[in-house]
Amino acid sequence: MTTTVETATGVTKTMVLNMGPQHPSTHGVLRILLELDGETVVKAVPDIGYLHTGIEKSCEDKTYSQATTLTDRMDYLNPLGNNLVYALAVEKLLGLEVPKRAQYIRVMMVELQRISSHLVWLGTHAIDLGAMSVFLYCFREREEILRLFELFAGQRMMTSYIRIGGVALDPPAGWREKVGKLLRMMPSRIDEYETLLTENRIWMARTKGVGVIKLEDAIAYSMTGPTLRAAGLAYDNRKIFPYSSYEEFEFDVPTRTDSDCFARYMLRIAEMRESLKIVKQAMEKITDQGPIKAEAAGIIPPQREKMKTEMEALIYHFKIFTEGFSPEPGEAYVTVESPRGELGCFIASDGSPKPLRCHFRSPSFINLQALPRIIEGQIISDVVACIGTIDIVLGDVDR
Amino acid sequence: MRVSEKRVADNTNQNANAVVEHLRAWNSNAVEDVIEFRGETTIVVPHGLLRAVAKECRDALKFNLLSDATCVDRFPIEPRFELNYHLTSIPRKAKIRLRSRASGEHPFIDSLTPVWPGAGWLEREIFDLMGVKFHDHPDLRRILMPDDWVGHPLRRDYPVEGFRDIPATYLPGLKK
Repeated sequence: MTTTVETATGVTKTMVLNMGPQHPSTHGVLRILLELDGETVVKAVPDIGYLHTGIEKSCEDKTYSQATTLTDRMDYLNPLGNNLVYALAVEKLLGLEVPKRAQYIRVMMVELQRISSHLVWLGTHAIDLGAMSVFLYCFREREEILRLFELFAGQRMMTSYIRIGGVALDPPAGWREKVGKLLRMMPSRIDEYETLLTENRIWMARTKGVGVIKLEDAIAYSMTGPTLRAAGLAYDNRKIFPYSSYEEFEFDVPTRTDSDCFARYMLRIAEMRESLKIVKQAMEKITDQGPIKAEAAGIIPPQREKMKTEMEALIYHFKIFTEGFSPEPGEAYVTVESPRGELGCFIASDGSPKPLRCHFRSPSFINLQALPRIIEGQIISDVVACIGTIDIVLGDVDR
Repeated sequence: MRVSEKRVADNTNQNANAVVEHLRAWNSNAVEDVIEFRGETTIVVPHGLLRAVAKECRDALKFNLLSDATCVDRFPIEPRFELNYHLTSIPRKAKIRLRSRASGEHPFIDSLTPVWPGAGWLEREIFDLMGVKFHDHPDLRRILMPDDWVGHPLRRDYPVEGFRDIPATYLPGLKK
């Protein structure tokens, strides 16, 4: 792969440097082949697939409800978002409407997840660039959010809380105080991160003007999420193609125009504040009583009490967990806004209880594609900043 | 409570009808079939015209974002491979799906990388996992599976457990 390039000092040889797959700042098992001229990156070739687990193939071998648990494990910083997109796609395929209360619970959980995902991103991105303390601060607050998930779903990370037709459980007793406490705490904590980074001269030197991508290129490379919004386009699925009652919430879509690492940092900080607003509104909208699952015989498991008194309920329960349900033949494609960008789920049904094809459009995979475009011409120390700023999760890239 | 698409339907369908009308006027062969399901419009495009139609969608109809590309294997029905390209128009707030079919004997189709460079990895993924070849793709290599892998795992005739021998302990009494 060694080639020669013309430089100011004459013809020189370039060097190939292998980065990863076990490099700590590749956020997982990403390998990048870097062709270097001195310290400048001439060419970059990402090599992925080290975490390929064949989730799409496994989905084809499971019934629709069983595959929910697999979706948690794709983007492990956004399991609830993955559950949501999968549930929405199956619901679209079935033509099933979810009760409002369940939709609001979904929105609240997904926004909490967005905050926790951005916290992990901020912490790891900062530690990549040498700011150790931010990492500890971010993980302190993330822990609080994970405790909330444990309270709601009984599980910290792989919650499988959002199910086809609604959510798994009613919100637990005392959830309002606990979520309210988080909402009161977070704004000052986000200010704390900002005091550590925003005006920090080292931080600015490492991020300003680094990793710029033009808006046209970002669209041509199908980039979405904070990377696209930092380039100046307010494309957010929650606003443009609202799902799960997002049209009833008031929030802004922050945008920046610099399109560098610093702009993406500022944008994600602003997004966390917007998410807090949405959580607050969702809390007000969630009533204390009401259904958390759609009523659809043969698709949604019946209530436990009914199974003890009604013959049909018992039969449906048995059939759902042995045979599954069969949607009409057809396809559905749903996109949601994950913390990393547009997360899509395409399901093709052939009328059998298992999907014919289940495909996930993972934002990390597609955004990573543009990485060579961003880092070519930069110096090698900025490569780490650029990888961090795209916010990839390798479980999402490889699936 | 089984209700279908009430909110989505009106806006999306109007947009989709306009797209179909435009494509029919642009080239009478461009639209083979139009499928409506759950408020989503699928435009079936002849095998050879996919890239031209995609370019027309991008330039004239403002479908500027290639959201996703994926392939469905309809084995044993021929042509077995169904390529789905999901396009999004940010200015029109509309989505559409272009579909083209490829046969199992010589699965190939024109690559959309000249229209959207972002199609590159999506098509590599399809090539890797389904074995459909893309003409004019600049870098058609395996992406998720190892380079020396034999076969294409997402095909329907590829077993979920793979082709390797399964140790007898996992399937007692079933091993020959």
